[in-house]
Formats: sequence, C-alpha cells, structure tokens
Amino acid sequence: MLSVSLCGIKLRNPTILASGILGVTKASVEKVGKSGAGAVTLKSLCHEERAGNANPVMFGYDSVFFNAVGLPGQGIDNALKDFKRLDDLSVPVIGSIYGYKIEQFGQVAKKIASLKPAMIEVDISCPHMDYGKPYYADPELAAKVTKEVKKNSAKIPVSIKLSPNVYDIKEIAHAAEKAGADAITAINTATGMAIDIDAKKPILANKIGGISGPALKPIAVRCVYEIHETVKIPIIGTGGVTYGKDAIEMIMAGATAVGIGTAIYYRGIDVFKKVCDEMEQWMKKNKIKSLEEIRGIAHK
Amino acid sequence: MKMQNNEPIRNEIPQIMEISRVVSEGKGQKSFFFKENIHSKPGQFIMLWIPDVDEKPMAISYYNKNEFAITSQVVGKFTKALDLMKKGGKVGIRGPYGNGFSIGQNACVVGGGVGMASVSTLIDTLKNPIIINGARSKEHLIYLKRYKKMLIATDDGSFGKKGYTTDVLNELLINNKKNKIRIVYACGPEIMMKKILEICNKYKVDCEASLERMMKCGFGICGACMCNDKIVCMDGPVFNLKQLNNMPEFGNFARAKTGKRVSLHEYHAMHI
Repeated sequence: MLSVSLCGIKLRNPTILASGILGVTKASVEKVGKSGAGAVTLKSLCHEERAGNANPVMFGYDSVFFNAVGLPGQGIDNALKDFKRLDDLSVPVIGSIYGYKIEQFGQVAKKIASLKPAMIEVDISCPHMDYGKPYYADPELAAKVTKEVKKNSAKIPVSIKLSPNVYDIKEIAHAAEKAGADAITAINTATGMAIDIDAKKPILANKIGGISGPALKPIAVRCVYEIHETVKIPIIGTGGVTYGKDAIEMIMAGATAVGIGTAIYYRGIDVFKKVCDEMEQWMKKNKIKSLEEIRGIAHK
Repeated sequence: MKMQNNEPIRNEIPQIMEISRVVSEGKGQKSFFFKENIHSKPGQFIMLWIPDVDEKPMAISYYNKNEFAITSQVVGKFTKALDLMKKGGKVGIRGPYGNGFSIGQNACVVGGGVGMASVSTLIDTLKNPIIINGARSKEHLIYLKRYKKMLIATDDGSFGKKGYTTDVLNELLINNKKNKIRIVYACGPEIMMKKILEICNKYKVDCEASLERMMKCGFGICGACMCNDKIVCMDGPVFNLKQLNNMPEFGNFARAKTGKRVSLHEYHAMHI
C-alpha cells in the first residue's frame, strides 16, 4: 500500500531518514532501518575530517528545533574504511556528500559511489563561498555542482538537496534538473536564531542555526509545491514531517518520498513506523489504494 | 500546549541557573550545587552549558527535592572554565537525560576516580550497598567524608589498599558464597568497567555500568555517542551485563568529535 519507486529504487514505504540525524555509523543506519524507515540517508561527508562547532549545537522548544552542528564528519576516506560497503544493509542507503570546491564534490561522489549506495544526495547548502555565493543560492553554481557529481557517480541516481533560504527555489530546482539531477530533496533547514535572555547571548555556539521540526513544515510544503510545478524529476519532501498527515500533505504537494529527521526527537526512533501506520489508516478511511492516487493532487 | 495524539511538547532549551554553593571534593574536583528540583533518577545526567565555552554532559551527583549538584574534575578547557566558577555564577542546564540505574538489592557499587559522581545518587538510594572507591592516589579520591564505610584502593597505595578497585571486587566475589553480592554497579575509567564486566561474567553476578561518550544533543538524535548499535545518551548511559557483552566497542573503541572511530586510548588523549 505504501511502497513507492524513487528513481527506480523500490522503497517499502516513502519515509526516508533525513541527513544529519543519526546516520553516522553503519550500526545506527541499521537501527533506523529496523525501526521502519523506507530508506536511510547518511550524515553528510566531505573530502576531509571535520570536528564541527562547539556545543550547544542543538536544542528545541515548542515546535521549533535548532541546530548548528557545523557539518562534523569523519571524512570520506575514513568513511570508506568504516562502512566498507553500503549495499549489504537491510534498507537502501542514501550517501550524502558535499565539498568546498566544485571539484571536491566530484571527488567525494566518486569515492562514495564505490560503496554502492542506492542513491547519492548532494548537500549544496554548505556555507563555503569560493564563488561569491553559496551553491544553493545560484542556479549556475547549483548546475555546475550537479554536473560534476553526475560525472562521478557511476550511474547511481543523484538528488540535489535545496535550501529554502533563497529568493526563488524553482529556478534552482530547474537548473539542477537541466544539469542532470535525478531527484530533488527539498528542503534543508531555514536559518534562525534564539537568544537566551538570562545569559543575554545566542544559545547556539555558532549563534545562527537551522530551524527544523513542525515549524519548518509550511515552508517545506510551499517549496515542494513550487518545485513540483517546475520539474518532472521526483522530490523527496523534507521538513517538519512528524505525523502521517504531514507525509500525506507532502505527497499531495508533489513529493514522491518524505524525509523524516527531527521527528525522531519528538516521537522516538520508531516514528517511521508510526507515520506509516497513520498514513495507512488515513488511506483506508479515504479509500486510497496507492500513494500514486494522491501525488500532486493539490495542484489539480 | 500539547501536540496531536497527546504527545507532550518537549522543551530542551537550557535553563539558566545560579550556582548556590561550591564544595571542594579533592584535587581539582568540585561539586557545584543548584537550588532546583531537577526530578532525576540515579545515573541520569544533565547537559551543562557555560556560555562562550561549551556544553557537556555531567552526572547528577547529589539529588534531593530542594537541590542537586554535579561533581567535576579538571581535565580540559571546559572543566577548567567550570573550576573557575563561584557561588552566584550562572550556567545553562537542560535535562535530566538517560535511563539511569536499576535499583537492586545486595549491591556492590564501584566508583573509579570522578566516576564516583555517577554512582553517588545510586548509593544514596540503595539499601546498605558495599562501596568500592578507587583513584590514582589519596588526593584524587572523592566523597571520603560523604560515605563513612567504603573499601578504598589507590594505585600508589597512598590510601586504602594498594592496587585497583577490580582487585577489591575480585576478592569480594571469590568469597561470595551466600550471594552477599548479586549486582555490581560501576562507573569509572572504561578499562576498569570492562574488567568489572569480565569479573561479573566469571562469577555469574549481574552488572550495570555507566558509559561516557562524546555527546552533542543528549536526547538521541545526533548520533555522536553511538557505541555499536546503542545510542549512549538515550539507550544508556547505563547498560546491563547482557547489553555490555554484546557491545564489542565497549572497552575498545569510541567515536571522536568528527564521528571517526578511534581506540579508547586515542579518544581520551583528545579530551585532554
């Protein structure tokens, strides 16, 4: 009932662990797979080992969750030794990558492709600005990165992860599709800040961070809706999906699959199973047999 | 305000609290008290934020309804900054986090160095536990006045028995005919806890140990503290004998701040 095909990859259900939550070790990937996710995205890796920011790097209140982890990671070379391969797990694995320079995106893509992930996701939201603008904010730069990764991905499908912190997300998605992207992941976090009024300081050590959690959902739904109007490639709708109804909403906006990350914080690691159960209940009640029937239905 | 399905809203934002008193516990070791009810169970921890410095997990070492404390030992930049804080100083606190210890009977509690801080509220809760407290030397032993009856071991023999806490435990368990000890609770250097697990396996006595790992979120989502398939901050930090026996990384490997798997030796060198 919930199975979907994403770039030819068969997923038992449309829930995908979003990058940055768990997904650091092979054991954590398997743990999320066993708790019901249809696929699991690794925490982003780049060409070098990075420690990330000082703590606090994450906290939450009400429906808002902040993070500024600073892209820590063991680096692709250590990851090759640590993971050995990614096609021997019980769940399809999406390798998330980034670089500072365009050619580094290609180098990291080539290496992660050797682990045989089901898909490669490209985080173009990293704040490196060697070209005057971040990659996510400029259609030409986004296209260059997409081409570079596609050239090195050994025919593994590539999804470009977009940021909502832009004037027009449609033109970025369009540029990525034209450059050969097989899918779009939308969206990364929206930037924000929280100041502790007793300490009189921003709480995050990095001061500015990304907002996720239920507060991000309306922004994500709007972005997915706009992107669906613009491109033909599938969309992994990510941002604030916490309940089955959120996943249904994302699919009605045009998403093929849905990313779930921060909801683990709100509902536990078995949130994938909970969301799937809730989707099935809703579908049965509304006599919907397959998600194809409702995909993009809000555009009609 | 509640979310749909009556699942509670979670508030994991640091609360600024004032240090109500500071107690010296040993060389470079201090307890910092706060006049708040943190609602914690033995073995749980908090995330302690020192603005402009860092935020780290700290065991709750004293607890009653009116106040709680954490006990720290100067190791690196963060604990040095904490060591300089005085009564009236302000820090951010969130938590408590983690699962905590079970409360068993016929217990023996082993604390190594400042690891005693993680088992102290357990000692306060248990009924007449046997306590083994060990450290490098007398000046590094904490809670000598807090607990009157303790079996003490120091590496250099400057106080109590010369040797390790594990030697003391081994002797107790050799003569454990009437099951005077049914469960051993431990916190301290991981090499000590690994040895305790081996001893408990050998003598078929139950065991729980509290692990330390690099932590960022404290509530199970960032993945920084993974030890095999366990999320230490949420599935632990206390693990039982069966779990520990199924964690090959326990006593051998940990994850660096970057997520890279390193030997415990390398891991500890990074913190200092």
